[in-house]
Amino acid sequence: MLVLVCPQVLNRRCVEAAVMTGLALNCRINKRSLFDRKHYFYADLPAGYQITQQRVPIAVDGSLAYSVCVGAKQSGVITKTVKIKQIQLEQDSGKSLHDDLRAQTLIDLNRAGVGLLEVVLEPDMSCGEEAAAAVRELQLILQALGTSQANMAEGQLRVDANISVHHPGEPLGVRTEVKNLNSAKFLAKAIDYEIQRQINELMNGGEVLNETRSFDYKLGLQRFMPEPNLPPLLLYDSASLPASADPQQVINIDRIREQLPELPSVTREKLIQQYGMLPEHSFALLNEVGLLEFFQNVIKETRAEPRMVTSWVLNTFLGSLKQRNLAVSESPITPSALAELLDLLDGKAISSAAARQVFEELWQSEGKTPAQIVSEKQLELMQDREALEQLCRATLEAHPHTVMDVKKGNPRAVNKLIGLARKATLNRADPRLIKEILEKQLSS
Amino acid sequence: SSRHDKRTRLATPALHKIRNFPTCAATPARSLLVPRSPSSPRSGSLGTKTMLGRTLREVSAALKHGQITPTELCQKCLSLIKKTKFLNAYITVSEEVALKQAEESEKRYKKGHSLGDLDGIPIAVKDNFSTSGIETTCASNMLKGYVPPYNATVVQKLLDQGALLIGKTNLDEFAMGSGSTDGVFGPVKNPWSYSKQYKEKRKQKHQAENEDSNWVITGGSSGGSAAAVSAFTCFAALGSDTGGSTRNPAAHCGLVGLKPSYGLVSRHGLIPLVNSMDVPGILTRCVDDAAIVLGVLAGHDPKDSTTIQDPIKPFILPNLTNVSKLCIGIPKEYLAPELSSEVRSLWSKAADLFESQGARVIEVSLPHTSYSIVCYHVLCTSEVASNMARFDGLEYGHRCDIDVSTEAMYAATRREGFNDVVRGRILSGNFFLLKENYENYFVKAQKVRRLIANDFMNVFNSGVDVLLTPTTLSEAVPYMEFIKEDNRTRSAQDDIFTQAVNMAGLPAVNVPMALSSQGLPIGLQFIGRAFCDQQLLTVAKWFEKQVQFPVIQLQELTDDYSSIFENEKLASSCIIRNQNNFMLYSVHSLITSELVDSIETLIIT
Repeated sequence: MLVLVCPQVLNRRCVEAAVMTGLALNCRINKRSLFDRKHYFYADLPAGYQITQQRVPIAVDGSLAYSVCVGAKQSGVITKTVKIKQIQLEQDSGKSLHDDLRAQTLIDLNRAGVGLLEVVLEPDMSCGEEAAAAVRELQLILQALGTSQANMAEGQLRVDANISVHHPGEPLGVRTEVKNLNSAKFLAKAIDYEIQRQINELMNGGEVLNETRSFDYKLGLQRFMPEPNLPPLLLYDSASLPASADPQQVINIDRIREQLPELPSVTREKLIQQYGMLPEHSFALLNEVGLLEFFQNVIKETRAEPRMVTSWVLNTFLGSLKQRNLAVSESPITPSALAELLDLLDGKAISSAAARQVFEELWQSEGKTPAQIVSEKQLELMQDREALEQLCRATLEAHPHTVMDVKKGNPRAVNKLIGLARKATLNRADPRLIKEILEKQLSS
Repeated sequence: SSRHDKRTRLATPALHKIRNFPTCAATPARSLLVPRSPSSPRSGSLGTKTMLGRTLREVSAALKHGQITPTELCQKCLSLIKKTKFLNAYITVSEEVALKQAEESEKRYKKGHSLGDLDGIPIAVKDNFSTSGIETTCASNMLKGYVPPYNATVVQKLLDQGALLIGKTNLDEFAMGSGSTDGVFGPVKNPWSYSKQYKEKRKQKHQAENEDSNWVITGGSSGGSAAAVSAFTCFAALGSDTGGSTRNPAAHCGLVGLKPSYGLVSRHGLIPLVNSMDVPGILTRCVDDAAIVLGVLAGHDPKDSTTIQDPIKPFILPNLTNVSKLCIGIPKEYLAPELSSEVRSLWSKAADLFESQGARVIEVSLPHTSYSIVCYHVLCTSEVASNMARFDGLEYGHRCDIDVSTEAMYAATRREGFNDVVRGRILSGNFFLLKENYENYFVKAQKVRRLIANDFMNVFNSGVDVLLTPTTLSEAVPYMEFIKEDNRTRSAQDDIFTQAVNMAGLPAVNVPMALSSQGLPIGLQFIGRAFCDQQLLTVAKWFEKQVQFPVIQLQELTDDYSSIFENEKLASSCIIRNQNNFMLYSVHSLITSELVDSIETLIIT
């Protein structure tokens, strides 16, 4: 049996998180908001009702800018905005687990009563991808604020999607609701599927029924009442803060505004400005937890061009992580190691092929620096032009048929010769230099 | 001073005047306010026996001086609880806990550092306050066997002061009722049913009656707490007051029943009836005792957002000697047609008393009074419906055996767990909260509530200090009479003068005034400005001193009582304990200023 606790009091940290989130989402913060009880017959709340903000929520009228990738290779980025109707503070409910086989329902009350921020978006999005992108952006903002870890798979961020279709210029159609979506990818899929289903239904002369009819029925039974145990929540700004107020008992919106961290959109803009990065790369860097920090640490320590660092971090490094199913924090390769490797490459001490080889070695041989690996494996770039010319000449002499092909005008034959010559250098030569020498020797 | 001298001179003749009322069997005037000398022998049970009727301050002094030990005091109360078991005042007697607490208190007294005025003093708590390790039932099947793991803030505050928790008192199920007749453990009997005063009157009028069916109700819903204090089984008790649940039984049991300002005392751990009106109440035998307990309970609780943040000073009540600066309001709307002539007459006499002592007594209007009880009904049942939603058999309390579906389980659990009264209120509350009814009932009632609160505010803003009203329509009625009407009808009648105060959040107190012609207590209600509890109690104390409400005579019940009254006085402020109701017998002789003066003078002496 649970413990009867009444009345309950508000958690200051939840209010601060709500104000912070409201400010980050360009909302108007209500200096006076109210709490309500929402009653329904479902055993997932120990009190038999949920404390929420039905009448006057803590924040209203905000907006969320998000970007979707467009174009054939998804290389273009378009920024869109979705209006935010309101942000309300609630209590989370318990989790019901239905065991159909034994016809029983089990309720996990561990999360019941935990503070929940509900962000209500206006119907401004027109496809699954947009919704997913908006949710992804929201997730990044919440993570930047520290409001929530916002891990969808763990239920820290949950999305209910309301979907309807209509002809341009006509009012919104009858909506259906898809609940409990636990990843952005599935959210996009579910929405697109539902859009298509509704269109097909209407094209075939049918109509969209409010699928969650039971939900409507439940609405009729849902009863609201002001929460008598929580007086109106009063927030202040520096102008309205009473001088005698106990700082422990009041929340100053302006103070929270001052403490707002940098938001993802600003971070991305900075990356674009500072490093000449492509917008899609700035998105990619922020999309992976810890990747931006990794990138910034590499940039700090290397002489290599930002463009090169971006490419290595986003392609080589991130690709390898994904292949091994690792998070950035689990990477055995430190930013310093990658910086050192890129310095070697940038200083032409090694070829990019050798660099990739060293990179692979770094995964295996923890503790070794790139320089150590280069020297152990003798991967230094051959700088001696005479020696290279000798090697090239030997390659040409060994492959007369290929040389013949070149002379016949087959362009691929040159590449084959370059490959053979590089092999002879054990990949330690700059391919551009090899190409130059070979072309010179062939034409002479 | 010369004024003092003058009063002293008046004393003796005035006393004679009281004594010489026609049918008045006067209490022998004994030596009053004589502190028991610490050196006086405490041998045998004399010390313990004479303790139970004392005020908190007196018994606290006796404990400090070692005239009695906490354990002795506790055992005395426990023994009395056993002997008065038939009153059904207690649901749980926490004998072991209390004795253990007494032992600890005793150690403190031996070391010379007691925790305060309540250290070692037995106190009872209504069974809707959570008590750590002690069953808390709300007199409902739903919570039978529920043992909270924590103490309600008010309980904890009492324990922190060293009070002994002697037991959990009976009530109407979930505090819904005005008789203490509708709990699952049966009705509470009013100790006055067994008093000499009542029995004598009863004998005169109904000689052939079976004594057993004569017993009267305590009022409610805190009837168990009222009976416990009234029968001397503890020195104070916690009640709860949502619509009058502390003041009503106080009026019927001849006690002081205080409903503090909403927000002054924490509700944390009080199992809610109506969150926006519930207030822990205090039941004591005199106003000073109530003030002491309020001083312990009052103050901000971080666990209850509706408690005020302002620091609280202890409630020390001055002895008012001059009421000429006071303005007493008499709300004309409280002159209900159902008001018994006796109550009406006492009310008017009380007003005259203030006037005769120089107070300004004016008729005032609370124009929305007639809507109050209906408005209260809507708001109360709505919150009840909400608060009771948690008792669905899954999380708390009773669960039925039916498991064909969740819905069937809910239905059966609630049918088995709640009585008709609770289920009826849930049903109407849910009706008022339905989307289609919400505006017409709940919102409208809230608006009326605001108007009612404004009525009080206007009156107080116009210069009225305290309102004086009846607490109940009449004295307590016999149980057999009471149950002829259903709970709803009774509550509507019995809460008529009390619930408006809850809707306005004001402090109010019942002060017993006199006995009715039936020999039963009648009390009046004083209503104060919000958070002016101290002023309210000061006026109540002055009034208490003037009226000299008689002590309940329970000697015939058990020998223990003889010792309580023998060589005993009951409240330091009440010097003369006139067994008879001089006010009633002095219909033609209004209390003269001379008489009142004489009473005061005696106190000074």
